[in-house]
Amino acid sequence: MHEMGIAMQIVEIATASIPADMQCARVQRVNLKVGKLSAIVADSLRFCFDLVVKETPLEGAELVIEELPVVVRCKACENQWTVTEPVFVCPVCKSGDIDILSGLELDITSIEIEDED
Amino acid sequence: MWFFANRIIKRYHRGHHGPHDHHHGGGHDVETKKSGTREIKVVRRVLDANDIMAGRMRAVFAEKGVFVLNMMSSPGSGKTTTLQKTLARIMPGLRCAVIVGDICTTVDADRLALSGAPVVQINTDEFGGDCHLAAHVVEKAVADLDLDNIDLLIVENIGNLVCPAEFDIGEDKRVVVLSVTEGEDKPAKYPLMFRECDATLLNKIDLLPYLDFDMDLARTSIANIHPGMPVFEISAKTEAGFDDWIAWLEAQVKEKLKG
Ligand SMILES: [Zn+2]
Repeated sequence: MHEMGIAMQIVEIATASIPADMQCARVQRVNLKVGKLSAIVADSLRFCFDLVVKETPLEGAELVIEELPVVVRCKACENQWTVTEPVFVCPVCKSGDIDILSGLELDITSIEIEDED
Repeated sequence: MWFFANRIIKRYHRGHHGPHDHHHGGGHDVETKKSGTREIKVVRRVLDANDIMAGRMRAVFAEKGVFVLNMMSSPGSGKTTTLQKTLARIMPGLRCAVIVGDICTTVDADRLALSGAPVVQINTDEFGGDCHLAAHVVEKAVADLDLDNIDLLIVENIGNLVCPAEFDIGEDKRVVVLSVTEGEDKPAKYPLMFRECDATLLNKIDLLPYLDFDMDLARTSIANIHPGMPVFEISAKTEAGFDDWIAWLEAQVKEKLKG
């Protein structure tokens, strides 16, 4: 389980992203994109996140995880499909030479901060 | 839920994707949301810090002419025995060193030190009992090695088929050890690992007469996940199949060292 280390990274990146003029504000939400290919278990990540945000500007923040599907393209015939089983062979031409277009993401897209005004 | 990934794409495609590059200067786009919150665009890859460090180590390994092999498996696959027998065959032709990741014991490191290769033990207990080796941990271990006198550095990762696959540690190639006692459904259950690796060692084939393991099914399953990946059937106990595995490994190392 490496979700703890990842949760710590998320807190670090999010904290560093708070603008200088909003240092006292509370972060309410962290938006994350996680591809289905990432070895991330969302529930474990949320659990770890709730632990590591204590005594940081993210304390009590919600982790919003958008899961992205696995989309690949065959390099041989350009066929593009969404992978739902652990099979990476092109259903059209049987080639195994593919590009992964989506599904590898593990990105913080934004943070939402309480508006002071 | 199942997972997999393609390391090549992760390194070369993913490394360049994402508008986060534009944000390194410190500027943030600030939007006002209706609900009394302001949304601040971040767009950073969470593993950036790890991957940057792995890239730095990869450059050091290249400069020093060290080939790095990341060996992964589930616990009990016979990885340490495989490594012991492998070292016995390739040393002293290749100058080897080993970094052993373990959560809290030094049993594997003690066994491997008998080979005569320098062995650095990492106990991830210190790092929160992590289930994998991340780049910063490997970087610390590498500091204890004399890279000028090493051709092949083998990192014996922690026994775990899920997490190590996600972390780049600056290696050249990745190998997964799967024993036939674990069942032929392991690749389908852990596709990330098999997608990420450059070769599979199917260990403990000496036990095949006593098992229902379906070798054809296992090979088909691996080929579906990673078409064209070499699969070596070996027995670390009898050293059956070792000739092909050792030849592959030596070819990989020589390819890098001549370049
Ligand atoms: Zn095709």
